[in-house]
Amino acid sequence: MEIPYTAQPRRDTGLYNAKVGIWLFLASEVMLFGALFSAYILLRVGAEDGLWPHGWLNIPVGTCNTLVLITSSITTVMAWASCKMNQFGRFKFFHACTLCLALTFVGIKSYEYHDKFTHYEIALNDGKFADGHFIENKLQLVNGAYTGYALLKGHIVADRKELFNLREHPARHEELRIEGTQVKSLENYGPRHHAYLAIYFTLTGLHALHVIGGAIVIGFLWGPGSRLWQTDPERFTNRIEISGLFWHFVDLVWIFLFPVLYLL
Amino acid sequence: MDAHPASSATAPAPPAVDPHFREHLRRYLFVFYALLFGTLITVGASYIPWGNREINIGVALFIAIGKASLVACYFMHLISERKMIYGIMAFTAVFFIGLMFLTIWSFADFPWHTVTH
Repeated sequence: MEIPYTAQPRRDTGLYNAKVGIWLFLASEVMLFGALFSAYILLRVGAEDGLWPHGWLNIPVGTCNTLVLITSSITTVMAWASCKMNQFGRFKFFHACTLCLALTFVGIKSYEYHDKFTHYEIALNDGKFADGHFIENKLQLVNGAYTGYALLKGHIVADRKELFNLREHPARHEELRIEGTQVKSLENYGPRHHAYLAIYFTLTGLHALHVIGGAIVIGFLWGPGSRLWQTDPERFTNRIEISGLFWHFVDLVWIFLFPVLYLL
Repeated sequence: MDAHPASSATAPAPPAVDPHFREHLRRYLFVFYALLFGTLITVGASYIPWGNREINIGVALFIAIGKASLVACYFMHLISERKMIYGIMAFTAVFFIGLMFLTIWSFADFPWHTVTH
């Protein structure tokens, strides 16, 4: 028995099954990201004055990633439009572009994550703070005390609050030698370093998983899944529309994530 | 139950082409350029010293809502959807707005600056 309404719309709703399904799914996704945005607002409003970071993320890199995702949205919609116009070759081209742009987005995001995990804040015994990326790290924790040394590309500040507003106090990139005996504690800019980073990694990590999931679906429809075009082009076009709706939602979420996390 | 093309043994004809589709394509491109422009405006506006941070937040969110509306209305075709989709979205909007109001109302329930780092 054939499943009804996979290509043709129902008479009462005017919609085919998958379209209702994807919109219900997107509705649940709105609430998922909404809950995390709510957590972000609570964390941000509850933060002590001067201890919510500004300028911790690289704005040109984030802008570049935003442009990549927006471009992938237009290639997705052009791929669907190509199917609608019976231009399968153009569909293949635009969907390949979308796939490449999705991988570019994930690549840039990985670079940003790597940058955070290799960025360290070091509390020094004299009450100052060193901050930057290790050039060479020979520090070792022995019996609760650090030995060895580290070469760091960064800067030292007297007040930790200076590290929180990099827009007003831009980071300097000097080469510093830190002796183990100077070090009280050190921690990278991973999720546990600050509530901002915890919510940043949660929101962008979940978003990146959506990008990867969407890219897998797009890759399938571009490759083996595209055989359906030969037997049922209307149903295949609907599938492209459904995957496109998901992809546009992923773009839409990023439209809010970018200013909230990078600019404000 | 409606018959649909998948049940046919022979390859069905491709979907009929809407003669007005070229107009849609121009609209998609216009939206794309608007989104690119909106992104650059968002970044530029974040560097303008408006006086206080609330205005910066307001400007950035205003532009973001405008961009999101373009994506939803044109790329996701919400501007010309069926009633059922509008119904699903209306329910979602009610719950989402409710969630945001609950978040804002919760500020009154605990002492200011309860969450610290």
